[in-house]
Amino acid sequence: MRNPSLRIWLTLAPALLVTGVLFGASVFYAVAQSLGYLSIIGETRLSFAAYGNVINQATVAGRELWAALGFSLWVSGAATLLSATGALILAATLSGSATPPRRSTLLALNANLALPHLVWAIALLLLFSQSGLLARIAAALGLIDLPAEFPVLVRDRYGIGIIVHYVSKEIPFLALIVLAILRTQGNTYTAVAATLGAGPWVRLRRVTLPLVLPGLAAGALLVFAFIFSAYEVPALLGVSYPRALAVLALDYFLNPDLSRRAEGMAISLIMALVVVGVAGLGRVFGERE
Amino acid sequence: MSMQTRAIHSIRRYAFHIALFCFLLGPVAALLLYAGSVRWFYPAILPNEWTPQPFLRQIGNPRTRDAIGASLTIAGITTVLALLIGLPAARTLGLRRFRGRQLVLLLLFLPNVVPPVATGMGLNILFLRLGWAGSYLGVILVHLIPVLPYTIFALLGVFARYDEGYEQQARTLGATWPTVFWRVVLPLAGPGIAVAALFAFLVSWSQYVLTLLIGGGRVITLPLLLFAAVAGGNPASIAVLALIFAAPPLLAIALAARALTDRERVVVQQY
Repeated sequence: MRNPSLRIWLTLAPALLVTGVLFGASVFYAVAQSLGYLSIIGETRLSFAAYGNVINQATVAGRELWAALGFSLWVSGAATLLSATGALILAATLSGSATPPRRSTLLALNANLALPHLVWAIALLLLFSQSGLLARIAAALGLIDLPAEFPVLVRDRYGIGIIVHYVSKEIPFLALIVLAILRTQGNTYTAVAATLGAGPWVRLRRVTLPLVLPGLAAGALLVFAFIFSAYEVPALLGVSYPRALAVLALDYFLNPDLSRRAEGMAISLIMALVVVGVAGLGRVFGERE
Repeated sequence: MSMQTRAIHSIRRYAFHIALFCFLLGPVAALLLYAGSVRWFYPAILPNEWTPQPFLRQIGNPRTRDAIGASLTIAGITTVLALLIGLPAARTLGLRRFRGRQLVLLLLFLPNVVPPVATGMGLNILFLRLGWAGSYLGVILVHLIPVLPYTIFALLGVFARYDEGYEQQARTLGATWPTVFWRVVLPLAGPGIAVAALFAFLVSWSQYVLTLLIGGGRVITLPLLLFAAVAGGNPASIAVLALIFAAPPLLAIALAARALTDRERVVVQQY
């Protein structure tokens, strides 16, 4: 092919076409349905009724929207902050010693990352439930007599189980990002600071943190967006009220009452907007690095 | 450093590593314990027997076998399609600088950001009308939405370090295109492509929401079966299903162990 520009676009065409058609159709139909367009029941008028209903708490779904939004913000905010802090400390500890992190440690971090969220949530359920492994250990130690005396750590009102899940899955994710930054930017700064008499805490605050902050912040924003819109984990480890936005949206979308679908769709689009905004912010941070 | 402080240091390091491993993989040990247990009731701290019986029962169950088959088929075909579509695009994006490149990257990256709940809900009604809902075709197509961006970005890293000069030299020396492909392209980019394929497979393998919304209860993959089991199954069969579901990702990590720990690059993406 003579024309290099034509060649470039020909190789990109399949990917752009598949993404464009599938994703474009998805966005188009999502917006149309949230505006009340439902050809199945012959409804073809467009209106912002569904948005009005959920935002003004006019319907059942609407009354739950703000509780769900608050719950999702709390869970994803708390989990993100704890994960970022934990990842920073873990990565600093691992790269702080004279020898580089061991192969087995890196492998364990990657193995944790590779485990599907569904599997991890089930494992936590078996571990933390009131008749789970930890409750049995507590009973053997004489700390509790009955399963009901074990604290409710999963399927609890405050989302503790969900937060524990994401903290234990996202610390390795963010720690690997921080370790990669430290590896390429060198540990020499930390070594210099140590030679000049800086203790571990000062080194973490004054050397490591400024060095990794842009990358860590970008990763943390992605983590926030991911948790904020997740379905499986809050569905498995949460309670029925308050529930996460994604759980609420899907529940209303699958509701046999077809007029509820528009509201489910509207909630999911509000959620998607927040996520795209946060992830966009993450990209900006990541690029500045 | 005296011998005593050195001993304390190494003890502290070991304690730290043991704690870290418990944190990272301890819950998997709990799954293993449950997976072999038979009628293990509170407050027994260990199962009174640990047998392969729950595992054999699950493997013998036709529903489980169908779900494994469905998952393997869907993830396999999705991976092949994603590679076929993604390779030319990633090669161009990795090797060429052209106007609109950033826009293309943004467009290909965007579907990875929008939550699967929203994507699946949007396509649900369209696929119903097209008759693709509840079929492998529909599920594979919808899996491509998260898998394709992931595959392209994994391959982008491969081609960013790729030197086209070798291909031209081989051509100048008289090699035909098939020869160039087998003797130059594959040895250079093959390992990277294999890793990309592995993780494309895993992204599709782990999908739950998209399969639920497009499969319409007729395409039952392993995560769907597992999710349903949590509601009503006994702990041993839930744990066995979870371990079967976790096996390919863990196997992939073992296979990619060298690449993950040797090179500077880490796989920092989740699905």
